Amino acid sequence: MAYDLKMRVWRGDSRGGDLTDYTVSVEEGEVVLDAIHRLQATQAGDLAVRWNCKAGKCGSCSAEINGRPRLMCMTRLADFHQAETITVTPMRTFPVIRDLVTDVSFNYEKAEQLPSFAPGPPDADGKRRMMQSDVERGQEFRKCIECFLCQDVCHVVRDHEENKPAFAGPRFFLRYAELDMHPLDTNDRRALAQGAAGLGMCNITKCCTEVCPENIKITDNAIIPMKERVVDRKYDPVVWLGSKIFRRDRREEV
Amino acid sequence: MVSTSSTPEPPRHPMTGNRMDAGSDTGFETHEYDVVVIGAGGAGLRAAIAAHDAGARVAVVCKSLLGKAHTVMAEGGIAAAMGNVYDEDGWRVHFRDTMRGGKMLNNWRMAQLHAQEAPDRVLELEEWGALFDRTPDGLISQRDFGGHKYARLAHVGDRTGLEMIRTLQQRAVSLGIDVFMECTVTEIFTDRPKGARPRVSGAFAYWRETGRFVVFRSPSVVLATGGIGKSYQVTSNSWEYTGDGHALALRAGASLINMEFVQFHPTGMVWPPSVRGILVTESVRGDGGVLKNSEGERFMFDYIPEFFRSETADTVEEAEGWYTDKKNHRRPPELLPRDEVARAINAEIKAGRGSPHGGVFLDIASRRDADFIRRRLPSMYHQFKELADVDITAEPMEVGPTCHYVMGGVEVDADTEESRVEGLYAAGEVAGGMHGSNRLGGNSLSDLLVFGRRAGHNAAYHAQRVNVRRPDLPDDEVRAAADRALAPFEEEGGENPYTIQKDLQDVMQRLVGIIRKAEELADSLDEIERLKDRAKRLTVEGHRQYNPGWHLALDLTNMLVVSECIAKAALEREESRGGHTRDDYPKPDPEWGARNLVLTLPGDALDSAVHLAHQPLPVMPDELRALFEETGAS
Ligand SMILES: Cc1cc2nc3c(=O)[nH]c(=O)nc-3n(C[C@H](O)[C@H](O)[C@H](O)COP(=O)(O)OP(=O)(O)OC[C@H]3O[C@@H](n4cnc5c(N)ncnc54)[C@H](O)[C@@H]3O)c2cc1C
Ligand code: SF4
Ligand code: SF4
Ligand code: FES
Repeated sequence: MAYDLKMRVWRGDSRGGDLTDYTVSVEEGEVVLDAIHRLQATQAGDLAVRWNCKAGKCGSCSAEINGRPRLMCMTRLADFHQAETITVTPMRTFPVIRDLVTDVSFNYEKAEQLPSFAPGPPDADGKRRMMQSDVERGQEFRKCIECFLCQDVCHVVRDHEENKPAFAGPRFFLRYAELDMHPLDTNDRRALAQGAAGLGMCNITKCCTEVCPENIKITDNAIIPMKERVVDRKYDPVVWLGSKIFRRDRREEV
Repeated sequence: MVSTSSTPEPPRHPMTGNRMDAGSDTGFETHEYDVVVIGAGGAGLRAAIAAHDAGARVAVVCKSLLGKAHTVMAEGGIAAAMGNVYDEDGWRVHFRDTMRGGKMLNNWRMAQLHAQEAPDRVLELEEWGALFDRTPDGLISQRDFGGHKYARLAHVGDRTGLEMIRTLQQRAVSLGIDVFMECTVTEIFTDRPKGARPRVSGAFAYWRETGRFVVFRSPSVVLATGGIGKSYQVTSNSWEYTGDGHALALRAGASLINMEFVQFHPTGMVWPPSVRGILVTESVRGDGGVLKNSEGERFMFDYIPEFFRSETADTVEEAEGWYTDKKNHRRPPELLPRDEVARAINAEIKAGRGSPHGGVFLDIASRRDADFIRRRLPSMYHQFKELADVDITAEPMEVGPTCHYVMGGVEVDADTEESRVEGLYAAGEVAGGMHGSNRLGGNSLSDLLVFGRRAGHNAAYHAQRVNVRRPDLPDDEVRAAADRALAPFEEEGGENPYTIQKDLQDVMQRLVGIIRKAEELADSLDEIERLKDRAKRLTVEGHRQYNPGWHLALDLTNMLVVSECIAKAALEREESRGGHTRDDYPKPDPEWGARNLVLTLPGDALDSAVHLAHQPLPVMPDELRALFEETGAS
């Protein structure tokens, strides 16, 4: 069943911009990205948006839908009232290039700073042996599709440009943790964790985990174990809880 | 990437914001490399790593962000005869499966190299940090797929492509290879010395972000641009698949082969409309899923072709036995090569036995427990749950054929991946020959690694060889390239590129689809001609900064010429084989089985007509031929 959807889409570039109102005809079963594509094909040929797979696999179509960081291709219109206006804005933590497209080069710069994987020698037959149970944790982290929604939502850099140089962000804490837990990696574990730029600035609000479309337990499974590694002791859950509640409050204002 | 040119604020078009001095040399940024790799999927990244390892200065250029190429979407696995699950497996068996899957039209040498080298290429990924699923004794696990005799696909759940691209991407980044992301190549420059082969002198591109132009000076270019699926309405392919590399190669003077062979994957989603075409991995069938029609019948048993009869189970009992005991049972017919399964589904739907939304049922829910399904097929579970409200552990999926892969591509030398143009290499989906008339699942990811590496090495050696006398790149060619790219801004009141793209998709889907016939193919060529005409007058809104309308306008010319190649070759080949089925010539014909169709572009303008020629297929040496005769299945 087709109906007319009201949308507000942020249009503009680095010099500024505005929410623009559109009405677009949509169908049952469609997602926000379909609506954006129809706008592009019929009303706004130059509307800038990134996408590739349209199936939640590539992490290109990240944006904020009614203020919440999400993948446009995995956000179904059926989750909203037909009468509701859907507002789509670019990720706020990264500078806008145009419309819904942001400059995410911050993430690629951080990626360059990571140590590379350094395996020991293989077995005599040239193969390497690892048990499934030992690779599973790393595999969870490697599900990351680099949508950068976790980077977008993290309050350490959201609206805090000044923290960016020192802070790798949740996506890259995952990478450090992944190396740490790789059964074959020979990098120094403690040094890895200490080198994980800005890990100390994270106060475990779990906002990153909440937005991750791959449902990776970024905080529990990667960040907390890495923090433990740095201080070389078990993490204190009371301190952890306190900071979480504080940050949650802050987040409501954002 | 940092722009290297600095100029005072240039004059701009009052409405479009375009720079009006596009012809002047100051308007470009220029880079010099030994090897420029176009494409950052598996093939491109592997080529770049190889060229870097061979000592070349390398740039990788890609249309999307790094890590978003099509390769990221691959699900099922990488085919490589490592023998971790069945030690009877080896390159000869893999080679034979590949050739038979391609209905013997493959370039035998490519199929041989591929089968021989794939295991090492997979192990290399592990060396660079990939975490594949494991066998009980800790080796890389391997899963079953259609057309492969043994469980052979190295995999990570159903997100193998993600693992592969991330591993290669991280490797390339740690090597410090320069990457130009969101930068689209629109021309390959060639130098055409009298009487000699044309040779590569560089490439021309624009930054999508700013619309500014980039000139690469480089004696070697590797095409790794992927496929063409966006020319069809129902496809598993993304916006990037506009056949750019195919078109760039044609214009540079290279040739394409096997273009009539387009793979329709049997299982794409069919409902809701917005997800129509999105892939449902073959692993669903490899892991026990079966196809049923509206009458609940497991219909694949009715569609076992003569060619595969001796190796396919013809009773449900035997098929069921196979999942646990492969030695004493033949494979279930659901795991026949893709072309067979796609045609069968098509026939069931035509016969009125389809599912409510025009597909058939793919059922794993009633055959495997929920935990198994969620563990083996996590992203399929997620995809159906989120996009179609279907719980695949509880109910069957509705699936139908979707345009997935093009077997055809740039004709290359099997060992070096060099095209007819000196210094121009091709690897991955954009290259032709390896898969013959039909590709087996899992053979693409391995193809990317094997031939990506070979192309990268050879491109680096070539650059080294010509180091003292690099080809010329005259300024007027650069200016002409810029003018062509800006043409859509000049026109007013012309056609909307989105409309033409939609019309082209409709023509290809209707007239050059799974089942083809002469009249329809002839019609399609007329239609494409008309679309080409309309595409001469495209109008683009807005300015050069991140403007998808403009980007599409430029891609459209490529889509049109590639579609013409497909339709033209499809009309010429009067037989049915692999990914090419002719209603009017339903049987394979041995004469055609020894022939390739080769397409070239005699004029170098994209709107000139493509030229088609017949060429004998390279003949397999006896020792390889014997592999087929032993089993009496040539
Ligand atoms: C959903 C899906 C699942 C699949 N599953 C499997 C599987 O399980 N096993 C398997 O073997 N195969 C599978 N395939 C097929 C396989 O993924 C592809 O054939 C393969 O990834 C193609 O890789 P490539 O390196 O050739 O190109 P891609 O990975 O597509 O990369 C092409 C690159 O070229 C760039 N590019 C294109 N044009 C230009 C231009 N003009 N200028 C600059 N850059 C350009 C793009 O930006 C991109 O970076 C699957 C395909 C799909 C769609
Ligand atoms: S848990 Fe840490 S990394 Fe994640 S959003 Fe909160 S502060 Fe940022
Ligand atoms: S960790 Fe999750 S949210 Fe962050 S980039 Fe990866 S997939 Fe996206
Ligand atoms: S388009 Fe790939 S994740 Fe949305």
